[in-house]
Amino acid sequence: MLLVAPQIVITLVFFIWPASQALYQSVLLEDPFGLSRKLVWLDNFTGLFSDPIYLESFGRTIVFSVATTSLSLGIALLLAAMADRIIKGTTAYRTLVIWPYAVAPAVAGVLWFFMFNPSIGVLAYCLKAVGYDWNHYLDGTDAMVLIILAASWKQVSYNFLFFLAGLQAIPRSLIEAAAIDGAGPLKRFRTIVFPLLSPTTFFLLVVNIVYAFFDTFGIVHATTTGGPAQATTILVYKVFSDGFIGLDLGGSAAQSVVLMVVVIGLTVVQFRYIERKVAY
Amino acid sequence: MAGLEFIGVRKTYPNGFRAIHGVDTSVADGAFIVIVGPSGCGKSTLLRMVAGLETVTEGEIRIGGRPVNALEPADRNIAMVFQNYALYPHMSVFDNMAYGLRNRRTPRDEIERRVADASRILQLDGMLDRRPSQLSGGQRQRVAMGRAIVREPEVFLFDEPLSNLDAKLRVQMRLEIKRLQRDLGTTSLYVTHDQVEAMTLADRLIVMNAGVAEQIGSPLDVYAEPATVFVAGFIGSPAMNFLAGTPVPDGPGVVLDGSAQALPFPLPSSAPRGKVTVGIRPEHLEPVSRDAATLELAVDLVEALGADSLVHGQLAGDGQGPAVTVRVDGALRVAAGETLPLALAPERVHFFDAGNGRRLV
Amino acid sequence: MVENRPWLTVLSHLVLSIGVLVTALPIWITFVASTHPVEVLMSGRTPLWPGDRFIENYTTVLGSGMEAAGSVPVGMMMWNSLVMALMIAIGKIAISIIAAYAIVYFRFPLRMTCFWIIFITLMLPVEVRILPTFGVVADLGMLNSYWGLSVPLIASATATFLFRQFFLTVPEELAEAARIDGAGPLKFFRDILLPLSRTNIAALFVILFIYGWNQYLWPLLVTTDESYYTIVMGIQRMVAVPDSEPVWHEIMATSMLAMLPPVLVVVFMQRLFVKGLIEQEK
Repeated sequence: MLLVAPQIVITLVFFIWPASQALYQSVLLEDPFGLSRKLVWLDNFTGLFSDPIYLESFGRTIVFSVATTSLSLGIALLLAAMADRIIKGTTAYRTLVIWPYAVAPAVAGVLWFFMFNPSIGVLAYCLKAVGYDWNHYLDGTDAMVLIILAASWKQVSYNFLFFLAGLQAIPRSLIEAAAIDGAGPLKRFRTIVFPLLSPTTFFLLVVNIVYAFFDTFGIVHATTTGGPAQATTILVYKVFSDGFIGLDLGGSAAQSVVLMVVVIGLTVVQFRYIERKVAY
Repeated sequence: MAGLEFIGVRKTYPNGFRAIHGVDTSVADGAFIVIVGPSGCGKSTLLRMVAGLETVTEGEIRIGGRPVNALEPADRNIAMVFQNYALYPHMSVFDNMAYGLRNRRTPRDEIERRVADASRILQLDGMLDRRPSQLSGGQRQRVAMGRAIVREPEVFLFDEPLSNLDAKLRVQMRLEIKRLQRDLGTTSLYVTHDQVEAMTLADRLIVMNAGVAEQIGSPLDVYAEPATVFVAGFIGSPAMNFLAGTPVPDGPGVVLDGSAQALPFPLPSSAPRGKVTVGIRPEHLEPVSRDAATLELAVDLVEALGADSLVHGQLAGDGQGPAVTVRVDGALRVAAGETLPLALAPERVHFFDAGNGRRLV
Repeated sequence: MVENRPWLTVLSHLVLSIGVLVTALPIWITFVASTHPVEVLMSGRTPLWPGDRFIENYTTVLGSGMEAAGSVPVGMMMWNSLVMALMIAIGKIAISIIAAYAIVYFRFPLRMTCFWIIFITLMLPVEVRILPTFGVVADLGMLNSYWGLSVPLIASATATFLFRQFFLTVPEELAEAARIDGAGPLKFFRDILLPLSRTNIAALFVILFIYGWNQYLWPLLVTTDESYYTIVMGIQRMVAVPDSEPVWHEIMATSMLAMLPPVLVVVFMQRLFVKGLIEQEK
């Protein structure tokens, strides 16, 4: 009992207590100076979901997550399939591909921010050369593309690692049996490898959505700070900016609660699925 | 050294499952006791109760006359060899053997002496610095035994120690264990599901089934006079043939159901009026000339093992007679489709009550 | 692969090489930019080869920091990052391993309750409950301290679960053998379980060190005192200088320095790192 105590104490103080605080505050209306508070029950939530800015932010978050997840999963799967094919050099490629995992999201954001800098960035310069006037300071779409690229770049390494491990776990004899059955490389991938890889894919899908929802705060904050004109204000950034900058505590808390629900939902989905995997 | 006593030992799990229904026996100092039975019969539970790894629900276990129910495993002066050996993977062979002694604060030179002795007996010299993962299966087995020996315990406990070895090694280690136990003279309790191991190792055999000790006795007694149908079928290979029979109403003998044949032997006096089960070991049926035969077998299949052959068939009768296996000399040529006349000595036939499966005496 | 098709192998290598190039491009650009004087960068044409200001730029950054961002020396920020990362990694491993040990090997009242409390933390990333957590830390007077930086991030369900999974794979007989050998619970933990967990601890350490080093939002909130700035958040302060173009060559040098330790850890401890990551799936 004593042994779990440290873990439990820290969990209670820094996790459970704040989370319940958030729940409590989400039903309060408080002025920025904390002078008065009033119980408003679900007003904060209804306010949230009738607030066009919030809904827009929700939509943007979904666009961002879908784009980041599919981009990074797609590229990672392609690279992993290639790395699994070749006989020599798999480890070398792996080393060269995985290290961006170690780069902090914020730093990754800054790197891409710099490369796309409208006046001095390399990539912006290239784009200008082909006739596109890139400016993420003014153009919301450009800014969104920027954070998607930065977020995907960082996440490819993680996905690559899992895909490669998943691919290498597929028994060679299955592939050989398929080859004897007359399936070419592409067909084999589509009909044998990909279905067998689906547990990994599903796991990564959930992890990537969580990543896109939450871990990307650093990318946004260090680069676009949600702008221009809220174009890159994803939900987790909005919690922060409404709470710390806007000082709308009730609203921010309500947003926290919504995000918690999202995380818990995703986790439940994942565990449901793991249970099924065990049975299988 | 010490004897081992079980006094009305029972085990009931918290979920209500009764694993042991009451075992009463005592074993003399220095004896080799083997508990044998099918999986799930409670034999491992009984062993683990002696080790102190399971609590005793009812009754008492005594080692050397001392009740041990309330003692920690470490205080019972026992040593145990596990099925998967349970060697500490991160420790060398030496440390594996020495660990228990160090925990007992045995002096260093004493530890070294005992480990050296044990490794000499077990031919582990020169391997003391290796890790378990660098050893073969047989060597790991020896280390596990070494760990038990160095403790110089009152009782050795073996939990199916040979079941992870291949067939050849198993035979070899079986001999080694027997020899070692004889030389050390330590009381040993050995659990196995393999009846050959049980027969060869035991001074005293406990045959268990569904939490009940069906028979306790010397291996040959158990073989010669099995107390129940279960014991009769479990001990001996190939297994005993069981035939349903009806006593001849007036006069000695039993009519075998499904065949026209009868055994003209007197039934034991305690025989009931109703059905009996007749047990005949395959090795006790003897091929003879037709006129000396007690029974006739319609041969269906022959498995030639070399030294001897197993002949499978049905007792000749009207239609499909009861199936019987016979063990014959390998030199005897028998082919499927033939009829084999067989003789049987009256004292070799076992009769059991068809209702409760008990031996009729 | 199964059949011999050279062009497919060539294609594979080609695709992989492109992947590696794209992966490396941002770092290369960053490195190049960090070795040029600021005028070259501002001229609008970013150079593609390193310049000659490597030593000067890095010494400036490490020693005295950037003027516009309050001149916090990057060396000090790196030190703070290191302290925070180590505290988080070691703290997490320590409290997780004993919690997992308790949950797996002991039966105590409220055991399942503890299990669920820990489980819930798995679900709540720090970003979600940022505001109230900040409140708690402020109330405890832990702002601007190493404790405030690390302790709230220490409770980790992931690590506890990892150890729990590992302990469950340790054969029960090993614990029984130890009991017969006279080892009590503490001895068993110290002599058997801890040595067996060595590689798991090391693998987890690699992951958690990177996790700790890369923390961003949390240090941003709890440190207002410059002497507690960590490098990852420090970069943001440099980029977001008011009213002037960021001093890119110094930012890039700082970025390189911010990436260096975790990247080195990943590359040189790749085996452990991969093991640590993959285990999380189970």
